[in-house]
Amino acid sequence: MTYDATFRVWRGDAGGGDLQTFTVAVNEGEVVLDVIHRLQATQVGDLAVRWNCKAGKCGSCSAEVNGRPRLMCMTRMSTFGEDETVTVTPMRTFPVIRDLVTDVSFNYTKAAQIPAFTPRPRDEDGNHRVQQVDVERSQEFRKCIECYLCQDTCHVIRDHEENKAVFAGPRFLIRLAELDMHPLDVRDRRGAAQDEFGLGYCNITKCCTEVCPEGIHLTDNGIIPLKERVVDRRYDPLTWLGSKIGRRPRQ
Amino acid sequence: MDLERHEYDVVVVGAGGAGLRAAIEASESGARTAVVCKSLLGKAHTVMAEGGIAAAMANLYPEDNWRVHFRDTMRGGKMLNHWRMAQLHAQEAPDRVRELEDWGALFDRTPDGLISQRDFGGHRYARLAHVGDRTGLELIRTLQQRTVALGIDVYMECTVTRLLTDADGITGAFGYWRESGRFVAWQAPSVVLATGGIGKSYKVTSNSWEYTGDGHSLALQAGATLVNMEFVQFHPTGMVWPPSVRGILVTESVRGDGGVLRNSAGNRFMFDYIPDFFRKETAETEEEADRWYDDKRNNRRPPELLPRDEVARAINSEVKAGRGTPHGGVFLDIASRRSAEYIRKRLPSMYHQFRELAEVDITAEAMEVGPTCHYVMGGVEVDPDTQAARVPGLFAAGEVAGGMHGSNRLGGNSLSDLLVFGRRAGLAAAEHALQRTGRIALDDDALADAGRAALAPFEREGGENPYTVQHDLQQTMHDLVGIIRTAPEVQQALERIAALRQRVADLSVEGHRQYNPGWHLALDLPHMLLVSECIAKAALEREESRGGHTRDDFPATDAEWARTNLVCSRAPDGSVALTRQPLPQMPHELAEIFEEVPA
Repeated sequence: MTYDATFRVWRGDAGGGDLQTFTVAVNEGEVVLDVIHRLQATQVGDLAVRWNCKAGKCGSCSAEVNGRPRLMCMTRMSTFGEDETVTVTPMRTFPVIRDLVTDVSFNYTKAAQIPAFTPRPRDEDGNHRVQQVDVERSQEFRKCIECYLCQDTCHVIRDHEENKAVFAGPRFLIRLAELDMHPLDVRDRRGAAQDEFGLGYCNITKCCTEVCPEGIHLTDNGIIPLKERVVDRRYDPLTWLGSKIGRRPRQ
Repeated sequence: MDLERHEYDVVVVGAGGAGLRAAIEASESGARTAVVCKSLLGKAHTVMAEGGIAAAMANLYPEDNWRVHFRDTMRGGKMLNHWRMAQLHAQEAPDRVRELEDWGALFDRTPDGLISQRDFGGHRYARLAHVGDRTGLELIRTLQQRTVALGIDVYMECTVTRLLTDADGITGAFGYWRESGRFVAWQAPSVVLATGGIGKSYKVTSNSWEYTGDGHSLALQAGATLVNMEFVQFHPTGMVWPPSVRGILVTESVRGDGGVLRNSAGNRFMFDYIPDFFRKETAETEEEADRWYDDKRNNRRPPELLPRDEVARAINSEVKAGRGTPHGGVFLDIASRRSAEYIRKRLPSMYHQFRELAEVDITAEAMEVGPTCHYVMGGVEVDPDTQAARVPGLFAAGEVAGGMHGSNRLGGNSLSDLLVFGRRAGLAAAEHALQRTGRIALDDDALADAGRAALAPFEREGGENPYTVQHDLQQTMHDLVGIIRTAPEVQQALERIAALRQRVADLSVEGHRQYNPGWHLALDLPHMLLVSECIAKAALEREESRGGHTRDDFPATDAEWARTNLVCSRAPDGSVALTRQPLPQMPHELAEIFEEVPA
């Protein structure tokens, strides 16, 4: 069941690089990451790649396989023909560090700016009581493994470096949605979502939903409801009046 | 030497559950705190934990309390656990789970709106707080977000290669940035090791590349001791097919939620492997076992939910006897026992994992599973209350610490261990730092030496490739110090480890210092070898079978060994020295628990 595949892998660093072609053995049941590891072990010991769990749970091995943002550990070789060349390149939205490894610090910067979870007080016996149906909405977004493939595919930042200052990207819009829908959280982040994290830049093309390896419905279940809630708040005449007379300052 | 320098009160090495919980506590105690981790923040191995966090919250069974949890833990570890750690763990776990909710965690709920709890092997009551089968992700994300909210400094993709000490104890740590290969040193009176385990020394493992035993090795080299290193847990259910995913974990929740193990003849073989030690609390018939899921008061636990060491050995025996599956495992069947909807709801990650990686629909067909190296019970010998190692200023928490789990860890007790002892280590590390008066300084010669050692693989030419050496070590540990051991095989392993040490000393790496995985592996290999030597030496010394240590030539438990721990230390000539140490004596009021709680 073993065959020789042709792989084209981008090699280089911030100063530049190019696609290099390798012939490498592939065995039954393998995924793209296995083949990259074989290249490391047998041909290019210093080929840079991030990975951890190799089971689709940690979101480390994100890259673009034949131009599509994918987890390398969850991309089976059987989805390609044996004579098909497989091209592996680093995520384009982020600056290259080396080979397939990119500088994803943008995401950590945005994460640190999001107003932290703020819980309501516990019940008298020290427990929080919430119903399963109420935790499930936010749980969908907490499935996020932070692979940043949604950030990679989002055209607002993929080809527009200048938008990174004003737009947090889909991963952090659903983080805001998660907190907004969180049954125990009491903080209002709707103003921040619009003004600081660039919710308005999203024009719901749903590319992020398409590439999410966790199957999270980022657009339909997260971003669109958040947009609706922001609109409600902005056009709620009582809120508007309150902010004008200074009793309910904008948060 | 080009060296970036920092100064802190507490440096935490590792950003899994234990490391982040320690950092949170140290920071909240007023210590200037840094976390150093080999991967990006949020990717640590804790993310792989699936089933849940064991804590006697009594949300489903009011009969449950810390005493029952303590008893289950000690019996699961075949009574070799440090009693005080098992006690603190059982007492404090519920509060550690509740505080996660204050930091944003969203657990599955009971009908009353409380945190739901699920069944797991060795636990008398449904006790694991969980989020589907991705509890580890919830835990890491919650602690990560709390760490960020507190503004704790995190050095990501940064590897510690040395601990630095003076006559009074810890002075700091030395390491390199993966991204640039440049060196960095942290001056700190307290260092908390939270580096996880050793699984990458084995061929079939559920562990990631990070699990190279570096924390165990750093502690040993700094003058600390390791306890119980012979006890390595082989999780009974790893994937076996296709070969590239061999070893990836299949959560115990499959069995906790009703899944059963069958051999190629279709028999539920676990009924043939009930040891006397657990006979009184284990069901004798399939009917009783099946009733237990709904009525725990009047029925006993299914044998599929015996502790992991028992189940792993049973699977091993079935496969050896020729009753395995086509790919050398056994069948784990939940498809015929629970509805497709229930399976997808309770085990979404498993459903996804098998569908994507093995083209198996677990709601329609059985999984093929077999043992996989999962966890090391052994680790840094610590004070149970403070997690302090024998070197002043050095602390260890989580998998890298030893004693808590004895000879075998119960499922679900790892996540609670991380939280309980991560917090205690962070607290004690902060106290130690704030009390230590007088200046500490990093020794220039030690820094220069650490730098030279790190660059040595680049200096040599024509040596072996680090990947080949790692492969040979993994094969050695798999074949000779695996799930079943004998004296001649372990002796042979020690000879091979000695030969591998010479090969590591001679290997060379290509390329330059910037993000170079071959170089990183070359620096991990000495740690892997040192820890493998500890495991093999202790495995040879302990002439009995207990928990995660099975000797074919000494198949029974032994009364003398039941009172004895093995402690590894570093001899002056650099070799591993082994000493026997009596087990700490359990106080009377705890010993009584084993009589009062019905089996």
